[in-house]
Amino acid sequence: MSQQQGQSIRCLVAKVGLDGHDRGAHVIARAFRDAGFEVIYSGLHKAPEEIVQAAVQEDVDVLGISILSGAHKTLVPKIMDGLEEYDAKDDTLVLVGGVIPDEDKAVLKDEGVAAVFGPGTSIEETIEFVRENAPDR
Amino acid sequence: MSAEHDALLESLLAGEHRALARVISKIENRAPGYRDLVSELYAHTGNASVIGITGSPGAGKSTLVDKLAETYRERGETVGIIAIDPSSPFTGGAVLGDRIRMASTVGDMDVFVRSMSARGTLGGLSTATADAVKAMDAFGKDKIIIETVGAGQNEIDIVRTADTVAVLVPPGSGDSVQTLKAGILEIADVFVVNKADRSGADRTVQELLEMIDLGEGSGFASAGAGHHGAGAIADDDDIDTDKTESAWRPPVVETVATKGEGVGSLIDELGGHRQYLEDSGTLADRTRMRYAEEIRTLLREDVHTLLQGELERAGGVDALAEAVRRGETDPYTIADDALDPIETCLEELEFEHLEAASNSR
Repeated sequence: MSQQQGQSIRCLVAKVGLDGHDRGAHVIARAFRDAGFEVIYSGLHKAPEEIVQAAVQEDVDVLGISILSGAHKTLVPKIMDGLEEYDAKDDTLVLVGGVIPDEDKAVLKDEGVAAVFGPGTSIEETIEFVRENAPDR
Repeated sequence: MSAEHDALLESLLAGEHRALARVISKIENRAPGYRDLVSELYAHTGNASVIGITGSPGAGKSTLVDKLAETYRERGETVGIIAIDPSSPFTGGAVLGDRIRMASTVGDMDVFVRSMSARGTLGGLSTATADAVKAMDAFGKDKIIIETVGAGQNEIDIVRTADTVAVLVPPGSGDSVQTLKAGILEIADVFVVNKADRSGADRTVQELLEMIDLGEGSGFASAGAGHHGAGAIADDDDIDTDKTESAWRPPVVETVATKGEGVGSLIDELGGHRQYLEDSGTLADRTRMRYAEEIRTLLREDVHTLLQGELERAGGVDALAEAVRRGETDPYTIADDALDPIETCLEELEFEHLEAASNSR
C-alpha cells in the first residue's frame, strides 16, 4: 500500500580534484532537477573518497563526475575502486563529463564508466542516456 | 519478509553502511515489501537520541549540524544526519545541497548523511523521515539529527519526529510580534541564535527571552497552547503531558557555527533537555505521542491510497472535477457519495484485535 510516490532517479553530480570551475556542473544539476531527478551536488574540490562516501550514503543511481583538470586518469579509477569496496560499483551508472581526450575514453570505459560526455554534448542527450540506463533496482 | 529483505536487514544490523543506504532508499521509494522491513526495524530501535534542527533558509543550519556532528564524533559517538530539502511541485525534481556544507566529517563513515526530498504529499515525507530515523537507530547511531527548513506545517510534522527540537533564529529576524506568531517557535526545546557575531544578535536573544517569559507567566503552556507543540497534536488524554512539559524552560544559546563557537554549550543544552525528558518521564509521553501520530499518518495515507484506487477505477478524479466545473455537482456531494459505503462498512467493522493489543500493556 502507499506506493504511489514511487521511485525517483537519484544522481550525485560530483566535482573531483583541483579544477575550480563548476558552471557546467551547476547547469547539469539544474537540468537534472528539471527532468525530475533528485540531484545531490558535491561542491568543488572533493577528494575521491569523499565522492565515494556521498555516493554510498545517498544510494544514488547515477554518479556524474565533472572533471576539467586533466587528472581523470588518476581520479576516476580511485572513485571506481572506492565504489567497488562498498559493493556499489555494479549498480551505479557512472558518467564522466568534461574535457577528455579521445584516447582516454577507452581507459575510463575499461574502469567501468558507462559514458563520457565531452564538450558540445547536449543536455537532452545526457538526460536521455540517464533515463535509458539508470539501474533498475 | 522476502529473502532479499532478510539479508538486507541482517547487513544493516551488522553495521554495513551500504545496507543502511539501501534500506532508506526502499523506504523513500515505498518499494514493495518495505513496510515489513520497517516493522522489523522497530524491535531494534530506542537507543538513539533524535535531535531536530529547523529554522529559516540561510540561518546556518547545515553548518551548525556539521559542527555538531564533528563534536559528537570527538566525544566518540556515531552520528546519522537526515537533511531535508524541498522538491519541485512540478517536476518532482530537487537539488539537495546541504551536503556541501558538511565538510568537517568527510571520509568518516560514522557520520552518515542522507539527503531527502518531499516526493509526495499527505504526510508522506514525515512518514519516510520517521522510518529513516528508525533505520539509523536500528543501525546503532548514537545521535540522529534531522535538519529541515522551517517553512510550514509539513516541517513541523517532521521535526516532531525528534525528541529534542532546536530552532535557529538569525539575528534581526523581525520585531517582537514575529516571535509571537504561531508555528515553528512553539516547537522549540532550545533556541539557537546563530551568527551571534552579527549586529542585532543581542536584541534577538532579548526578544526570545521575553517571549519565553511571556509563555511561562501567562499560564498558556499549561492550558495546552504552550511553546512545546505538544498541545497542538495532543488529544484529550494528553493534557497532563502539557503540565509536566511546561516545567522545561527553553534556553537560548548563541552560536557562530562557521567558527564552531557556542557548539559545546548547545550540545550541553541538548543533553540537558534529554536528561529532563528522561527524569521527568516526559520522554515516554513524547514517544507515545509520536507513535500516535505515526499511526494516524499511516492510517490517513493508507485510506487515501485505497480511495485513490477506487477513484481511478471509477474514471479518475479529473472527470469529477470537470463535472463540478460544469456546475453539475459539488465536491462535498462527491465526497459524501464516495465515503458513504465506507461508513457503512466501518459500522460493521470490529476492532477487537486492536483492543487486545492496547489492553496488553
